[in-house]
Amino acid sequence: MTTPVSSSDHRNDQQVKRQIQRMTRRSFAVGAVAAVGGLAGWGWLTTRPDDEAIPWPLRRMLRWNEQVSRGYFRPTRLAPTFSQDIARMPRVNGHIGLDGRFDPAAWRLRLENTAGAKPLALTLQDIQALPRVDTVVELKCIEGWSDPVRWTGARMSDLVAKFGRATRSGRAIDLEHTASDLFRYVMLSTPDAAYYVGLDIESALHPQTLLCYEMNGEPLTPGHGAPLRLAIPVKYGIKNIKRIGTIRFTDERPADYWAERGYDWYAGH
Amino acid sequence: MLRLEAKHPRAVRWFHWINVPLLVGMIWSGLLIYWANDVYRIGWGGFTLFHFFPNWFYDALHLKFRLAEGMAWHFFLMWLFVVNGLTYVTYTAVSGEWRQLLPNRRSLREAIQVMLHDLKIVKTLPPQGKFNAAQRIAYTGVVLMGAGSVITGIAIYKPVQFAWLVWLLGGYEAARFEHFLLVVGYVLFFAIHISQVIRAGWSNFRAMVTGFEVVGADEPSSGLLAGAMPTPATSGTIIGAAPGATK
Repeated sequence: MTTPVSSSDHRNDQQVKRQIQRMTRRSFAVGAVAAVGGLAGWGWLTTRPDDEAIPWPLRRMLRWNEQVSRGYFRPTRLAPTFSQDIARMPRVNGHIGLDGRFDPAAWRLRLENTAGAKPLALTLQDIQALPRVDTVVELKCIEGWSDPVRWTGARMSDLVAKFGRATRSGRAIDLEHTASDLFRYVMLSTPDAAYYVGLDIESALHPQTLLCYEMNGEPLTPGHGAPLRLAIPVKYGIKNIKRIGTIRFTDERPADYWAERGYDWYAGH
Repeated sequence: MLRLEAKHPRAVRWFHWINVPLLVGMIWSGLLIYWANDVYRIGWGGFTLFHFFPNWFYDALHLKFRLAEGMAWHFFLMWLFVVNGLTYVTYTAVSGEWRQLLPNRRSLREAIQVMLHDLKIVKTLPPQGKFNAAQRIAYTGVVLMGAGSVITGIAIYKPVQFAWLVWLLGGYEAARFEHFLLVVGYVLFFAIHISQVIRAGWSNFRAMVTGFEVVGADEPSSGLLAGAMPTPATSGTIIGAAPGATK
């Protein structure tokens, strides 16, 4: 130890300072590279060609989320139901498909599939003859609001149990044994085809999915979709199509009005 | 005499800095969604003190009419946010870092003392350690808030499949409100966090970037002062003492 302590200390301190400066430069350089990489990834993603109004990587992620959701979905899980006292009339939120001239007396529900079965033209009485279901569930709009609504109508599953068209073979459905015979999707559209929604078969046949002719104890108003609309609590409001003209069972994923405008096709709860 | 002391493990720094753009992205896309039904406010009856959010705010950040885009981003980034958060929690649990981060019996009392000190009401500080009691509470709390965001988020994302969770949270609308409230919490956390980082100075900030802090010889290792076990990540990484230079 011939070196004076103070000088050695000084050398050491200088060394430490140089060292931390080196580390700081290196860390900021790594950070800058990571930030540029992140920004480049962002830039790449936002400039990808659109797939239904959003960049395709975002669309692909929605599809992947859909697979996860459909894997987790169980038809036995039900939307909570509420007492009739708290049911409210939701706002009329959209007129697409309701604007044209419409004669309720001439209305028929067209029930068909892509396997070539003869399409059926059902009257409102045909629907009303099915078991009547009366329930209060939340209508959840994709915008973020929700209202408890009392729906009265027939189960979609009862409709196809009676009239068929949901299976490729044409055999009556038996959810436990003929799942593989079921079409994978359902398309519903307004009579003028201006509004259309696609549903996965599990959601369409969910026990709470109703074809409604009454809302809060009153016959449907035109603005809420008279004479027949869908109430599907396992989906956002956008799938609760009003004034249903056609129900078509298909294996091809149906087009969906709002999915084409950037929303999630599945939109499921 | 100065030496370098390892303060923040590399993994923790990466988790922290990756979380910054992820949380910003989640809040940004969340605002795109929130705009479509912006019902929350601070007020009583007909009187509104503050509406979330004023028009100028949406205009300034271009948040209007972008609901679909917001949802697509939110449901993309959510996976990265969850993975980063879970990996961080797993890392702190396995590495032993949790010992420096979790509050303990003394933390509440000490945190109040830290607060009184920082507000210049009292002069004395309780023992600081690597993280003081206020920091322990804040950094554990913000992780719990992250978990809360995920839980309330799942409830409003799949309210029928997770109806039991919606029920626990007090209903669908309550869950949406709680999801929003947590964002207010992040903003408050951020404001305090940034002001404290500025107060603590460059050396402290640099430690979160480089992992190392320059300390004087007379300053004991913060990890030891806290009475905590030196963690595998910090032990044996003290650099700087030249051979034979000890006094």
